[in-house]
Amino acid sequence: MEKTGKENNDHESFIHKKISRRLLLGGAATTAIVAMQSSLGKWIQVAAQQPVIKLDDPTKKIGPGPSGVGKRSPFEQPLRIKSDTSSRTPLQDLYSSLTPSDLHYERHHAGVPLISPDKYELLIHGMVDKPMVFTLADLKRFPSVTRTCFLECSGNFRSGKENMTPQEICGLTSQSEWTGVMLSTLFREIGVQPKATWFLAEGSDAAVMTRSIPVKKGFDDAMIVYAQNGEAIRPEQGYPARLLLPGWEGNTCVKWIRRIELADEPFMTREETSKYTYPVKDRIRQFSFEMDARSIITYPAYPGHLERGWVEIRGIAWTGRGKIVRVEVSTDAGETWNVARLQEPVLDKAHTYFRYLWQWTGGETEIMSRAIDETNYIQPTLRQLVDARGADIGGYHMNPITAWQIKQDGRVLFKPESWK
Amino acid sequence: MLKSFNIDNKYLAIVLGVLIIMVLGAYSYNGEAGKPASFINADTTAWPASFGFGKPASPQQIAAQDIDVRPDGLGLPLGSGTVAQGKAIYAMKCVACHGSAEKVVAGAKLPAPVLVSDSTSKVKAIGNYWPYASTVFDYIRRSMPYNLPGSLTDNEVYSLTAYLLNSNKIIKPDAVLNAQTLPQVIMPAQKLFITDDRRGGPEVR
Repeated sequence: MEKTGKENNDHESFIHKKISRRLLLGGAATTAIVAMQSSLGKWIQVAAQQPVIKLDDPTKKIGPGPSGVGKRSPFEQPLRIKSDTSSRTPLQDLYSSLTPSDLHYERHHAGVPLISPDKYELLIHGMVDKPMVFTLADLKRFPSVTRTCFLECSGNFRSGKENMTPQEICGLTSQSEWTGVMLSTLFREIGVQPKATWFLAEGSDAAVMTRSIPVKKGFDDAMIVYAQNGEAIRPEQGYPARLLLPGWEGNTCVKWIRRIELADEPFMTREETSKYTYPVKDRIRQFSFEMDARSIITYPAYPGHLERGWVEIRGIAWTGRGKIVRVEVSTDAGETWNVARLQEPVLDKAHTYFRYLWQWTGGETEIMSRAIDETNYIQPTLRQLVDARGADIGGYHMNPITAWQIKQDGRVLFKPESWK
Repeated sequence: MLKSFNIDNKYLAIVLGVLIIMVLGAYSYNGEAGKPASFINADTTAWPASFGFGKPASPQQIAAQDIDVRPDGLGLPLGSGTVAQGKAIYAMKCVACHGSAEKVVAGAKLPAPVLVSDSTSKVKAIGNYWPYASTVFDYIRRSMPYNLPGSLTDNEVYSLTAYLLNSNKIIKPDAVLNAQTLPQVIMPAQKLFITDDRRGGPEVR
């Protein structure tokens, strides 16, 4: 290894010498000197009639050898935007429906705990025939399942100014391929009693965060997952194991899960009473689990700049109620709608990539998308949501159509709408 | 006759089966949540009754973690607390993040949520938004104070719960909270809560 590194260095200094001697220092003796810009932004003088050896020509330099862990190209630096309690996925930097694990959004209530896989245990008790404790190794021995689905925080709506990216508007949604054991498999093992209708899921973070979940969801498609995108789940996503409830608000998918208690009523924890509830007219809506259909155009979007001519409008659509069946795109501020192409395979409760080819001739307009799911739900406008729920909408379960303004000079700006 | 009836019956069964699938299919198409994806419905007929993985949980193991408290009082520990005791503990351990529980200062940006409802502002707090008193106890005990979660004694948690409920004008200043009295506290906001009525389909709710 060291030898290779030395060889590379030698090679580099050789090229440097060559350039210095023949091209740079020899400049005074040469008649035709031109300035060239390298991709690194350095201006170098080279003689036009000499064979040019460019510093950045990858065919003239041996690159680094294999490495233990790969990393991104230095030219690509997608970043989550973080606050004290969450970080948001850079949706505008992604090219398909899958989120790289290190860009998956985060939301935690008392930081990310450090949990040793050797000490991890999941306790299942309450209204069961056999209260049991499972180690991580135990969980991995059970028949396993892999599925791809989105995970979205139910407080995933920001608005208010034109200079907002998809990441800032709704970056609290991400998609991974998850692997783990079906909760129904564990329920079968411990013998859930017929009277049990709810279960408490409890995390082992410093918030010891808890949510009550209907047992039916536990039998339908809930999982205890220990892997994300083919490797062990990331600490921010719940290492070593978390609850995954496909299609349901992210908060219910309790991370770092340590305990499940079966019961015959909900526990009314803080996160399902004072949080994750919202005013609907003169009432407060509780236990609103499913994420309704939503979509957003991620290209073109702020801060991008549009060139006249053909543009492939791209984005993601998703629903917690099954599959996306159609995405419609409007390029005339919602006057008319066109059917977008969906990237196959369209998965259940998953981000679905959509594309629509459009020719922009330079006029000012607005572009937007709306998702339709298999229940025939059509992604609503903000006005429709406010009409249904009242002006005091709060921030949960807001999935309005997102419009982008296209300016004549090609600027793409978010269209914030007020509702008060 | 019997034989031909059997054949008819077979066809009838097939036709009926197809009809049922069609009807159920149409129903689920507009039904509530999407049906679970087919790949996760493992064929468990060949599975053993138990895989035998994991260990039985001992009563001690369960007791060490079973800290939840329900609205009906199930899970409340022994002990008790008063409003006055809670006030002293609050001043020591809570005020730095949550601010004064005596009076909400308008516009004050605190590092943690305001805990007392103020009739002049719409801020959602314990008095005007929390539906159950048990949640106050449960949440304080499991995760507060933020810098030392789980460090309070049960008596301290009872006291803080009493103080906060009194500050929100829900219980009297001389109230004593314990496993018997706490579940009897009725929160004003409880009547406002409704279970989610969104069902998918064309209607926006």
